[in-house]
Amino acid sequence: MTLLELTGIKKSFGATRALDGVDLDVRQGEVHALVGENGAGKSTLMKILSGALKSDEGKMRLRNGEYVPAGPQDARRQGIAHIHQELLNCPHLSVAENILMGLESHRYGWIDRQALNRRALDILRDFHHPAITPERRLADLPIAARQIVEICRALAQNASLVLMDEPTSSLPREDVQRLFACIRRLRGAGIAIIYISHFLEEIREIADRFTVLRDGQSVLSGSLPEVTDAQIITAMVGRPVENLFPARQPSRTEDRVLEVRHLSAPPAVRDASFELYRGEVLGIAGLIGSGRTRMVRALLGLLPAQTGEIMIGKELLPAKNQYSKLDALMARGIGYLSEDRKGEGLAMGLSVADNTTITNLSSCSRWGWINRRSQAVQVERWIQKLRIKVRNPESPVARLSGGNQQKVAIARLLHQQARIILMDEPTRGVDIGSKVQIYEAIAEMAEAGASVLLVSSYLPELFGICDRISVMVRGVLSPARAASEWNAETVMQTAIGLGAVGSAEKEFRV
Amino acid sequence: MNTPALTAAPAIAGETRKSAFSYWLRVLGPFLGLALVIAAFAIMSGNPARYLSIVNLRIVLTQTVIVALGAIGMTVIIISAGIDLSVGSVIALSGVVAALALRSGWPPSMALSAGLLLGALVGFINGLAITRLCVVPFIATLGMLGVARGVAKWMADQQTVNIPPTWLNQLASTFPAHAWMLMAPGVWLTLLLAVLAALTLRNTVFGRHVFALGSNEAAARACGIHTDRLKLWIYSLGGLFFGLAGVVQMSRLRQGDPTVAVGVELDVIAAVVIGGGSLNGGEGSILGSMIGALTMAFLRNGCQLMGWPNYIQEIIIGIIIVLAVAADRLRAARQTAN
Repeated sequence: MTLLELTGIKKSFGATRALDGVDLDVRQGEVHALVGENGAGKSTLMKILSGALKSDEGKMRLRNGEYVPAGPQDARRQGIAHIHQELLNCPHLSVAENILMGLESHRYGWIDRQALNRRALDILRDFHHPAITPERRLADLPIAARQIVEICRALAQNASLVLMDEPTSSLPREDVQRLFACIRRLRGAGIAIIYISHFLEEIREIADRFTVLRDGQSVLSGSLPEVTDAQIITAMVGRPVENLFPARQPSRTEDRVLEVRHLSAPPAVRDASFELYRGEVLGIAGLIGSGRTRMVRALLGLLPAQTGEIMIGKELLPAKNQYSKLDALMARGIGYLSEDRKGEGLAMGLSVADNTTITNLSSCSRWGWINRRSQAVQVERWIQKLRIKVRNPESPVARLSGGNQQKVAIARLLHQQARIILMDEPTRGVDIGSKVQIYEAIAEMAEAGASVLLVSSYLPELFGICDRISVMVRGVLSPARAASEWNAETVMQTAIGLGAVGSAEKEFRV
Repeated sequence: MNTPALTAAPAIAGETRKSAFSYWLRVLGPFLGLALVIAAFAIMSGNPARYLSIVNLRIVLTQTVIVALGAIGMTVIIISAGIDLSVGSVIALSGVVAALALRSGWPPSMALSAGLLLGALVGFINGLAITRLCVVPFIATLGMLGVARGVAKWMADQQTVNIPPTWLNQLASTFPAHAWMLMAPGVWLTLLLAVLAALTLRNTVFGRHVFALGSNEAAARACGIHTDRLKLWIYSLGGLFFGLAGVVQMSRLRQGDPTVAVGVELDVIAAVVIGGGSLNGGEGSILGSMIGALTMAFLRNGCQLMGWPNYIQEIIIGIIIVLAVAADRLRAARQTAN
């Protein structure tokens, strides 16, 4: 029996089409996998279902009635519960209080703690987990247990459809099995689950049917036993590679500028080793949550590393002594472009000029005094070079478009004269025109003898600009291979943990 | 790669032990601080008998009443991840209002109610500013700090308001009229209210929603808790306690003084923080806050007995506050590291 039916759902944010015609039908008591590359529109679709966003076009039907949630609370009332990737719970309260929040047993406002714990236990009993007892504070529980508490909350609120957004991304292996047991029990009780995951192996294990999203459209859907992995992957990545990339002059040398050995920052980063040569662009592929960003951050000392060594040129630095390391690294020519442009990449309230020069103010200052004219001259050069659209370099960066903001961040790296450049998703949320200019800038940096590490979720970009590519899977970095030795399917297969993972892990574990 | 399932159990047991340790550290920490302060002064004064005499204890307890009452209200607010900076001004305002009521011939109980309700009203207005105007609590109540003080001076015509003698004057007298009471009625009242507030926070739906709000506002909202309405209640309740503190202040001075209690909010916040409250919300206890208030009262009193000048007290109290919060941060960091 069909529980939920979506037809022609569309949603735009400004000029970006996030969803461009999604059809989806979910039956009662089934696990329906929603798969697609990063940015395919899965999260937007979940937000529309859970009432956090409204669709522009299209129809939703829930149990034969029209479904138009007024907001998240209304969606919950109608039986749709969303288990967020970042769990939404109160760490200071007890397990029982979290499960029954808003539904407490009470007598004239006084909580009946026994009844509360009993009711919680009734729900918990089906999801046996050694660490969970109703009285325990949630903060004392491991993540997997908190997730189960959140599932129990959905049950307490009589959910008939549970949305799970990559529920296993932060779980150790044995907890994944426990979670799957939970999901099967929900399914047995007639509850439908929409399950988002990148891992095909997981989907095969837990889901009954699937829908593939690509570029905001549902491109393939059906019953899982009837398709092959190859068919699903083709549906996920099957897009033409646009002709966006500059012709690269071969500039890679055998001069090793950076070597990272066995870097780990558990739980996200378990083992990452790579070498970076003068004049090359090394791409790091992988799914969101696979540990790529954290690897870069651990390398920079922005995240505590547990083990590992970093060698810059001939100088060896242990990764573990992390304090104020970024300074020291920058002094040795490392430049960093954060994936979080608004949060940490740029100072949004400061001017274009200040943002561009902030990492290398000594170029335009003397004895601590900034020479505004010299600063303006230098900034003007970068604005010209990267074709940043800004009338006045003194206006705040916040007023620029996403693409131009990103170009300011790149201008800063150029101004810093960094020799080893770590870029995390440099073209995310950037328009095509700016993308092309960013690619040109990267190519020019490499040709000028800099070395670029490029973390990206956008496969065509990795193939279009990188000399070598390495893939991160659940915190382990695969050995780098020449870009020509990869194709979209093999990268995807490695990234979602099929076949190649085992061997990659073995190579690292020996 | 796959951790054998067997190792999971001991790991969890270890976690429990660790969290039990941090639990006791959290509960006992403030007591330890208080004991240290008392012991230090008892030794330094060279006359422990005097420092720990019944008379002196009475004095300290009576001195604590105003900060302690404020700390009860502030604990609720801080647990909800809020803050109220208008405490001192509200104390002055409600004291003035109660005094004016007494002077114009109201019965003492009505004057007391007027002071209380005014405090609650000011809290309600703070709540409105926070929920309807979307001003962060720090700023909303900073504004109220000025407004309430100004209104107090205006209503009192910039003078102190003398009051006729009534039973209200007994509230904060160190030596109660009835010897069997042993301590000032205000001390007993504070004790009673503290117990009530602690029970409310622990055992009522309201209390648990306050914790939920402070712990994760988004989660609370997603569970259907009316967070805005809850905040109005929280700030009104806080205001009620500040109003009561104002009436006690008036009773102590035997007059309504619009310039009194400047900066008391900082003592009150310090009491909550020393007692284990976290300005990030979700943590704090009435018991802890009471211990915090006592710690500061014993510090002040000790410094006075030692004959140290005022500025030394200020320096010491300042350092104690920072150390208490540093200890709190350290504990929080350890907890997240687990």
